[in-house]
Amino acid sequence: MFTKPIHTKLFFLALLIAALFLPLYVPDAYMFQIVITSVLFAIATLGMNLILGYTGQASLAHGAFFGIGAYVVAIMTKAGVSFWIALPVSGVVAAVIGFVIGLLAFRTKGHFFAIVTLCFGVILFQVAENWIELTGGQNGIFGLDRPTPIPLPFLGTLEFYSQPAQYYMVLVVLLLTLFALHRIIYSIFGLSFMAIRNNEELADAVGVNTFVTKMISFAMANFIAGIAGGIYATIMGAVSPSAISIMITFNFLIFLILGGMATLPGAVVGAFVIPIIMEVLQFMEDYRMLFFGALLVVVIIWFPMGFVGGLKAINQKIIAWRQSKTSEDSNA
Amino acid sequence: MELFLQQLFNGVMFGSTYAIVALGLTLVMGILNIPNFAHGHLYMLGGYITYFFINNLGIGYWGSLLLSLVVLGFAGVLLERIVFRPLNGQPHINAFIAAIGALIFLESLALVVWGPQGMRIPNPHPQIFQVLGITMEAQRLLVIVGAAVLIILLHLFLKKTTTGTTIEAVAQNREGAMLTGINVNRVSSMTFFISSATAAVAASFLSPIFILSPAMGAVLGMKAFIIVILGGLGSVPGAIIGGYFLGLIEALGGGYISAEYKDVFAFGALILVLAVKPTGLFGKQEG
Amino acid sequence: MLKVESITKNFDGLIAVKDLSFEIDKGQILAIIGPNGAGKSTAFNLITGTLKPTSGRVSINNNNITGMKPYRIVTKGVARTFQTTSLFDQLRVIDNLMIAYKWRTKIGFWNTLLHTPSWKKYQEESFLRAMEVLEFLGLAEKAEFFIPTLSQEEQKRLAIGIAIMGKPELVLLDEPTGGLIQDETDRITELIRKIRDEQGITVCVIEHKMQMIMDLADKIVVLNYGEKIADGPPEAIKSDTAVIEAYLGGEINA
Repeated sequence: MFTKPIHTKLFFLALLIAALFLPLYVPDAYMFQIVITSVLFAIATLGMNLILGYTGQASLAHGAFFGIGAYVVAIMTKAGVSFWIALPVSGVVAAVIGFVIGLLAFRTKGHFFAIVTLCFGVILFQVAENWIELTGGQNGIFGLDRPTPIPLPFLGTLEFYSQPAQYYMVLVVLLLTLFALHRIIYSIFGLSFMAIRNNEELADAVGVNTFVTKMISFAMANFIAGIAGGIYATIMGAVSPSAISIMITFNFLIFLILGGMATLPGAVVGAFVIPIIMEVLQFMEDYRMLFFGALLVVVIIWFPMGFVGGLKAINQKIIAWRQSKTSEDSNA
Repeated sequence: MELFLQQLFNGVMFGSTYAIVALGLTLVMGILNIPNFAHGHLYMLGGYITYFFINNLGIGYWGSLLLSLVVLGFAGVLLERIVFRPLNGQPHINAFIAAIGALIFLESLALVVWGPQGMRIPNPHPQIFQVLGITMEAQRLLVIVGAAVLIILLHLFLKKTTTGTTIEAVAQNREGAMLTGINVNRVSSMTFFISSATAAVAASFLSPIFILSPAMGAVLGMKAFIIVILGGLGSVPGAIIGGYFLGLIEALGGGYISAEYKDVFAFGALILVLAVKPTGLFGKQEG
Repeated sequence: MLKVESITKNFDGLIAVKDLSFEIDKGQILAIIGPNGAGKSTAFNLITGTLKPTSGRVSINNNNITGMKPYRIVTKGVARTFQTTSLFDQLRVIDNLMIAYKWRTKIGFWNTLLHTPSWKKYQEESFLRAMEVLEFLGLAEKAEFFIPTLSQEEQKRLAIGIAIMGKPELVLLDEPTGGLIQDETDRITELIRKIRDEQGITVCVIEHKMQMIMDLADKIVVLNYGEKIADGPPEAIKSDTAVIEAYLGGEINA
């Protein structure tokens, strides 16, 4: 019912193989670091795609949940808790805080919702900057260790001090996220998200509990963002209020819009391609953001579907055109 | 008592700034029903343009203020034309995202042209008065008085002139206005001009007191947003009252409760109000 | 089966519906007619929870559903369509239908994530029900089509299909033939009859097309300025003086 054509499946398979062999052809350690953080941004952006792209709710607090995950892992590992326990906890904490925020925020719609979530994001940022005992204030928390090594029977210990190890770890999380989202979205459950985005009044009229559905989407999105943030903290080794700032939300937004909303590959493409382009354009210095600001405006006006979305739209136009041809023929 | 009066004075000063900025924004949001999230950054740009005229062209304070008003007015018109007008029929979130793009662009522009370090406009009125135990810097007094004058002028313009009443009419009810043959596009441009020009004035008043930096518009923009939503989209009294109210809350709250969390008051207030009345204090149901 | 008792809707002084009472019996086709602005769609909104009555009571099979939210009213057996054709135009035809069956299944986050056997069963069940409705509507070949490719009549049919997906007891159709030409109107009228005869669903229609109503309805309720001015079988309504006056003379005979 929702099956994709065979050439698309082969394309994704090729991408997967390319991703698996990446450590062999990545040019240097610096680039590798960018790739690893891009994977984490891709995971977080996938979360934003769920609440904004698929459910149509503009959560501008998304970056804050990434930051919450980062801080939870930082605080817990600094207190001696193993990373492998801190990580799921960070996702849950993000989801729970999101739940509380959602109770209030989902009473509003459209750009009111966007503002409310924005405000929550700013409040969280202020808390991170000022609650020194918990978050280290403006200096943040540093000296974080890499994830604790995992002893495997017969195979030795799995450690995460090397870049390839970190890369595969985040790649696994990305694939798991994609897998889970794919299952959720391509089902009747996923239809309820899209129904709300498309026509909330009708969704309500056909029996979809829009409030609960939005809350679930929000919780999922925030959990994913929290996990991504948690891993980010341990890989960077430090956390500061910049990880919870509005700029992070804006970055995810740029990745999502340019890559393509409401497409699973879009978020990934955006989160990979943009940071790499940003790095490549480093020589432009401050002109970079000038370029991206303008690009965001251009894309949202003329290509609101983003890159992948644009490809998909072309594909769908072809399908629809074929359909109306058969329709005309059968009506004639 | 003296602390209270001092805070009151500061509160009124900040409130005046908020009121002007929110006033410009409420007209724009009432007319286009588009969240011009970049409004705060227009304010910031206004400050820098005044600085440019004073610093690079050697023009006096008041001359620079007037020139900056005009330049920024046109900047606003340009913004409306190229960023917001193309998105007219689209879902509002697209306009919101476009505003974010514009905001990023404007902040980077300031960064590129003037650099990240703060700039200072020399204070044209460095006198200080002592009244009732309050230390009043003349420039701060100017902000308060100047803002009040500006608000009165705007009020007269909106109520007494044809253009003004037209703008208010469109801000209150766009479809109705279109039906009576009003050229909404022209009104939109006019409104953006006023909105940006007033922001430039506010920035010019404030810049001799506080340093200019590319990021200075961000938080102000968000607060102006909050004031507009709380006061009601398109409601001029709402914006003015809301502006002064917020200024006072922040000053008193900051003085007596917590200085670090001063900014949180605005954001917290919004959340509380929207929780109770999801369309804002004086807002109508979204269409 | 459906009992509407003295419902009133007061919008801050504007009384859209005043003291409206009527009943629909199981298996009936009831039509609500009246001049524009008479409050017909408002009455629908009051029954289906889109609006909350200022006073009055709505019940189905003696279950009180007054003021219940729309997504819950559906579970009590009352479904509706909207005056302006309302569809999920970003989705395909089959998606539009399957989402309307979701409430009858127990599809949720966990069974979807884990693709449990019960999830598979529910997906299958929804798909089969959707195909069944598509056959009934005559749109079976268009299952995977996107909405913009459908004709206006097909879209209106689909909207009706969405309403009957959840196997409701009563379906409220708001101007189901709005903007359609005579041929298309006749087909929709036929469809409505089939809904009552073959699917066993009671129907309540808001319509403006007199000929169609006279042929189709078992009972007619006439509204004017938010109040009921007549109530009865078509022959009685045809000659009711209050009704003729409300329509400013003679339109009923058209």
